[in-house]
Amino acid sequence: MKKLFAFIRKEFYHVFRDRRTLLILFGLPVVQIILFGFALNSEVKNISITVLDHAHDNHSEQIINKIRASSYFIFKPAVGAYSDIEEQFKEGNIKCALIFPANFGEDLSRSGKAEVQIIADGADPNTATILINYLNAIIAGYQQSLKSGAPPPYQIIPVVRQLYNETQNGSLNFIPGVIALIFMIVSTALTSVSVVREKELGTMEILLVSPFRPIMVLIAKTVPYLILSLINFIIILILSVYLLKVEIRGSLVLLFAESILFIITCLSLGLLVSNVTNSQQTAMLFSMMGMMLPTLLLTGFLFPLENMPWIFQAISHVIPSRYYFIIIKAVMLKGLGFSYIWKETLILAGMSVFLLAVALKNFKIRLS
Amino acid sequence: MKVLGFILRKEFRQIFRDKTILAMMFAVPVIQLIIFPLAANFEVKNVNVAFVDYDRSTFSQRLLNKIASSGYFRIVGNTISYQDAQRLIEKNEADIILEIPNGFERNLVREGRQEVNMAMDAINGTKSSIGGGYLMAVLADFNRSLEVNVKNVHSGPSAPAAGIDITYSIWFNPLAEYKYYMVPGILVLLLTMIGGFITALNIVREKEIGTIEQINVTPIKKWEFILGKLIPFWIVGMIVFTVGLIVMYLVYGIFPVGSLATLYLFAAVYLVALLGFGLLISTFSNSQLQAMFVAFFFIMIFILMSGFFTSIDSMPPWARQISNLTPVTHFIAVVRLIVLKGSSLSQVKTELLYLGIFAVLLNGAAILNYRKTS
Repeated sequence: MKKLFAFIRKEFYHVFRDRRTLLILFGLPVVQIILFGFALNSEVKNISITVLDHAHDNHSEQIINKIRASSYFIFKPAVGAYSDIEEQFKEGNIKCALIFPANFGEDLSRSGKAEVQIIADGADPNTATILINYLNAIIAGYQQSLKSGAPPPYQIIPVVRQLYNETQNGSLNFIPGVIALIFMIVSTALTSVSVVREKELGTMEILLVSPFRPIMVLIAKTVPYLILSLINFIIILILSVYLLKVEIRGSLVLLFAESILFIITCLSLGLLVSNVTNSQQTAMLFSMMGMMLPTLLLTGFLFPLENMPWIFQAISHVIPSRYYFIIIKAVMLKGLGFSYIWKETLILAGMSVFLLAVALKNFKIRLS
Repeated sequence: MKVLGFILRKEFRQIFRDKTILAMMFAVPVIQLIIFPLAANFEVKNVNVAFVDYDRSTFSQRLLNKIASSGYFRIVGNTISYQDAQRLIEKNEADIILEIPNGFERNLVREGRQEVNMAMDAINGTKSSIGGGYLMAVLADFNRSLEVNVKNVHSGPSAPAAGIDITYSIWFNPLAEYKYYMVPGILVLLLTMIGGFITALNIVREKEIGTIEQINVTPIKKWEFILGKLIPFWIVGMIVFTVGLIVMYLVYGIFPVGSLATLYLFAAVYLVALLGFGLLISTFSNSQLQAMFVAFFFIMIFILMSGFFTSIDSMPPWARQISNLTPVTHFIAVVRLIVLKGSSLSQVKTELLYLGIFAVLLNGAAILNYRKTS
């Protein structure tokens, strides 16, 4: 036991000696929270629009004013000819163009029918569909104001409630993802490097000839990173509650217990990576490049899992962060108890045991 | 010049010796480029709607049928109470609850208006908000069909309503397919990660293993050393980029609309800037771990701010400034412009200027920061 303790202390020295890495470790969650919380926005705003107005009459100008008044659009100087629009698109200056034909107002007041054309930039299809909806709504609103009659009979009015998030706090969507990501980085990447580094620098020999048992080496390697991950977790929780005003609904004890379980899964994965690789470079590239994108994409954090081809849905079942993501959403944001997440917990526990066993089996006590 | 040749030969030998790294440099981006655009999809299908019907009238049944037949929704637990529906949400089996109150049909006919409750699981952000939007559209459509029916019954065929006809076209991507947006972006992303990480690890590895001492005692000049590190990875980067373009064409059928020469010109300048960034980190760091983490930290910020996932226009002004100061932003913008819209060099020349400045600054800093004495 004393030996183990001394070894853990050695690992801590390694960690604390490297100030820059430590700074990055704690800076990472802070920066991510700030960026996701304040800079990145899935809402579409400030859409650059230009108008080609062949009509220049009362109606077209009123519609333009309505668009100008909406906060979603930013007006670029109007263009004079149809061919200018393409030029503007190609320079990346505008996202959409609105074209009024000549006689727009005349047609509208005389025959009650007129046409406008919207051209949207399909290079960003998401923005394109959303801006078309915005413009549709604005023009429809203008039309409604023209009629100024009674509202159409038979109206079903949806009253919308956002469950678990009545204040529409956008932060709720990304915090579970950020937490899972940080754990993957800190636990998996750092541990994977820690064993390989000893191999690369030659100090592994010394460990192997000592009477220290392999399981002890693995435990000692993981404890410091477990603690670092937990500190990071606390930082994220504090930032979420005080900076982003996210309410933690569930039990903190359960939240921590589940997080420790997930960290152990990540650490086991890291150990496995480090045991099967031979250089820090390979280990890092594997755990950063190889794991980062799958984690980002197949957790259900950025893109909904249900719409992916079945093969990805199948793969996502072996990605630990998927289960943790479900757990943390349930416990932290919905305030549900253990009875709702026992299945996910069991899977994570099973993964940890499996990964640790494989890692231990692959732990080579002889250097080739 | 001869010295540079020797350094280059050494670097290439090192690259080719480590087969794992070599495989990773080419296989990882190709596999990810093939796989991820398929996974990265904002389209929402199969939104689970818990339909709580307290009215059980013809109208509510018709509404249910309309929702079910729209193709986007799956109705779960049709004959339940609101409490049961809430439990479905908790178990993640439903995303939206639509509650039809008692007296729905009667009120509609008598007063012409009736509220229905829609509760969305706000934790599943994307799915429920997009799904909610669809559901609103279905409701609006249902409204309209009621209107038509009623008019037909009461007043016979009515005069066509006055209206502005809105026609729209989506240029460069008429079907608004997501892959056109995603694939070029992912290509840039992978190139950035490969280039950034591998160069960041390179010099520091020599430091850690101790071989840098041997280089420091030779008459190799600083710029020769940095250039010797830069050129091999620049070539690797250009090959990765080419392979990426081929994958993009073969798998997704996306071929650059604009000129390939312009595209390669930008890629060449961008890679110099990016590799300079990696080398700068490498000269700063003391261990590979440190280099990797510093590189990861910055590349993560670059990617998040680059407009890859979310639109730059929607960011607050301070964030837009940061976004402007990262090379990835400019390269993603240019690749999308050239590949999708066929912009010519003169239309995107300011971006080239930006990337050129980044290339000079970052490499200059790397050369200055590389010390032969400790």
